Amino acid sequence: MPLEIPKEKWAGKVREVTLGATKDQGGTRARTLTVGGEAALPFLHHEGALPHQTVLGLEVRDRKPEDWSPLLAKVWGEAISDPGAWAKAAEAAGADFIFLTLSPTQADGSPNTPANARQVVRKVLQGTGLPLAVIGTGQADLDNELLVAVAEEAKGERILMGTCEDKNYRTLVAAAMANDHLVQSKTPMDVNLSKQLVILIHDMGIPLERIIMDPTTGALGYGIEYGYSVMERLRLAALQGDSMTQQPILVTPGEECWKVKEAKVGEGVPGSWGDWERRSINWETTTAASLVHAGADLVVLRHPESLRLLRALVNDLARPAQAA
Amino acid sequence: MPLTGLEIYKLLPQTNCKECGFPTCLAFAMKLAAKQAELKACPYVSEESKAKLEAASAPPIRLVTLTGEGTQIEVGNETVLFRHEKTFFHRPGLFLRLRDTDAADELKRKAAEADAYHVDYVGINLGLDGFAVEAASGDPAKYAAAVAAVRSVSKKPLILIAGSPELAKAGLQSAAGTRPLLCSADASNWESMAAVAKEAKVPLAVRAESLDSLAELTQQIAKAGVEDLVLDPAVGGYLSSLERLTAIRRLALKSAFRPLGYPTITFPGSGDGASETLLAAEHIAKYAGLIVLDTFDPAGLYPLLVLRQNIYTDPQKPIQVVPGLYEINAPDAKAPLLVTTNFSITYFAVSNEVEGSGWPAWLVVTDAEGMSVLTAWAAGKFDAERIAKAVKISGIKDKIGHQRVIIPGAVAVLSGELEEELQGWQIMVGPREAVDIAAYLKAMWAN
Repeated sequence: MPLEIPKEKWAGKVREVTLGATKDQGGTRARTLTVGGEAALPFLHHEGALPHQTVLGLEVRDRKPEDWSPLLAKVWGEAISDPGAWAKAAEAAGADFIFLTLSPTQADGSPNTPANARQVVRKVLQGTGLPLAVIGTGQADLDNELLVAVAEEAKGERILMGTCEDKNYRTLVAAAMANDHLVQSKTPMDVNLSKQLVILIHDMGIPLERIIMDPTTGALGYGIEYGYSVMERLRLAALQGDSMTQQPILVTPGEECWKVKEAKVGEGVPGSWGDWERRSINWETTTAASLVHAGADLVVLRHPESLRLLRALVNDLARPAQAA
Repeated sequence: MPLTGLEIYKLLPQTNCKECGFPTCLAFAMKLAAKQAELKACPYVSEESKAKLEAASAPPIRLVTLTGEGTQIEVGNETVLFRHEKTFFHRPGLFLRLRDTDAADELKRKAAEADAYHVDYVGINLGLDGFAVEAASGDPAKYAAAVAAVRSVSKKPLILIAGSPELAKAGLQSAAGTRPLLCSADASNWESMAAVAKEAKVPLAVRAESLDSLAELTQQIAKAGVEDLVLDPAVGGYLSSLERLTAIRRLALKSAFRPLGYPTITFPGSGDGASETLLAAEHIAKYAGLIVLDTFDPAGLYPLLVLRQNIYTDPQKPIQVVPGLYEINAPDAKAPLLVTTNFSITYFAVSNEVEGSGWPAWLVVTDAEGMSVLTAWAAGKFDAERIAKAVKISGIKDKIGHQRVIIPGAVAVLSGELEEELQGWQIMVGPREAVDIAAYLKAMWAN
């Protein structure tokens, strides 16, 4: 008698969210990206529809970052000083979308301005046909100025705007609504806080089909287990029908990993850490792969080799199953 | 899977004969469920019911132990599908594959290097668990010599990958005195392999391409008298691995399906073009019991060891760091002094930011019972008294030429009290978030 493998029946599913708009849709993107829609746990295809692949983005900065690992500076070369060229290089490296992060200051040390942010976003939109996310500096007052300008500049492109946090989301959400964009709802590793912010943002009138949640994750060795379990719990809740957890999940393992010592530092570390470059890429990809298994829909990386390795993983996991 | 009182009741004679000492069969069943009575008190229970009740009290995934010389590893006995439901108990063993086709010296060199490998992670010493020695030559004498060579440089547990009873016996002879895993029996050789494993009293891995055949084989082998089994479901790439290992775990836990209620073994190096490191990472998170790596590369092993540590951390018991004084970037007498709690993530957030900033600094980690700054403050575990005590016993006073201490911005409210507790010290209120430490030091710390 053939084995009967226990199947879970789920009442709910993750919402589908589409990033980017083509010419017909009022934007200029060469393609759009739809994520979410899962009606089963990650990659268990025989239990329910998993209509969209996990998508991979590369992070691009508005200016040359001062504090990035020399390994990243080396691999991106001169493009790192020009956001348009960098976005183009990221597209060539195989990214599905560009994750543009703004900095508090410009390359000459002067404070960032709405005019500069507009110009950067314009350059990136011209440099690549990929859908775009634009993320603020992390300083609330400055972000409100910069991102309102960005939202207007990219009107109709259906970009993902962030970061909405519990203390600062109203201006961003209003700007996204006025210009047909999406928002990223970011909370610190907690299922209830994650739900709560989605509710608050949705209460302002933006449809749930335009909210992506970022539950925050730690790097491998630096708290990954918290983010990992919060994501598993969020996805289980979504499948069980808890409406406010049914947003697609974005995570930023690239940012988390490349700031830890294991990736950042090549000298004066224990020999048992192994080759610096391979270790760094393993750190980023091991973190990212674990989060993919926990339910990530959008994964933001920094190193092109990490993207190549993750691509093989998500392609294989997306392939409809042969019977086990 | 433990049975409820009612489920047990259905298996009893239901005659209320009282010979067990309880007034009714139901009362006896309730006591059995609560483990306050023993089944043998019932003289009339059928053999069939007895078998069912005994089977139900065994763990759903068998615990299998491998031993080396003074070393051992236990795998299996897991009870949940997701770590947040309780915890994952037995970290999967990470083994390195070595082949007897290497010359003895080469084999010894490889084994010695990998045996000596260890890495420190938050004060925990991590390393490989053992070696999987493969009889690739097909020559029993050569294989016996290879196992002996590995044992001459390592006391860690072994897995003997031997495809025939002759090779298995040769390997086991060299492994005498330890309890290796014999790997593996399949549909073609299971009878003879089971006989060898039974005689040597060692656990046996069972390999099959489909779960149906795997379940059939384990039942036959268990009948033949080998109880400690390990499942090799012949996983391939990322997707087939996830499907098969998930199916096995679910059958064992959700359906209490005994024939697959054993730990699993995987070989991520043979994964259809997948990266060995990433496939091993998947196996760590999703249900492998033993993982045999083909390559020894510290740059890949270190992240895997840390991932295993993280995934198998008990969610109820956060990792704590030892309270005390920590030095970051070789601080001198002029370097700033910061205070935080001993919750590992808090500690890492702070030490990482300081380290990344390039500032030499002293960090006093206060015993806050493993809680983060705000949680500990709310619970009264991170108050002025505790901070003052931690600063005093740290001996920092003799190491610095100033008396200024920076406290987390989230507990700014403590600064007044802390001035009382730490007479003569200047209390500085730092940023709320660790990420702002570098900017804070730049703006606020004048040497």
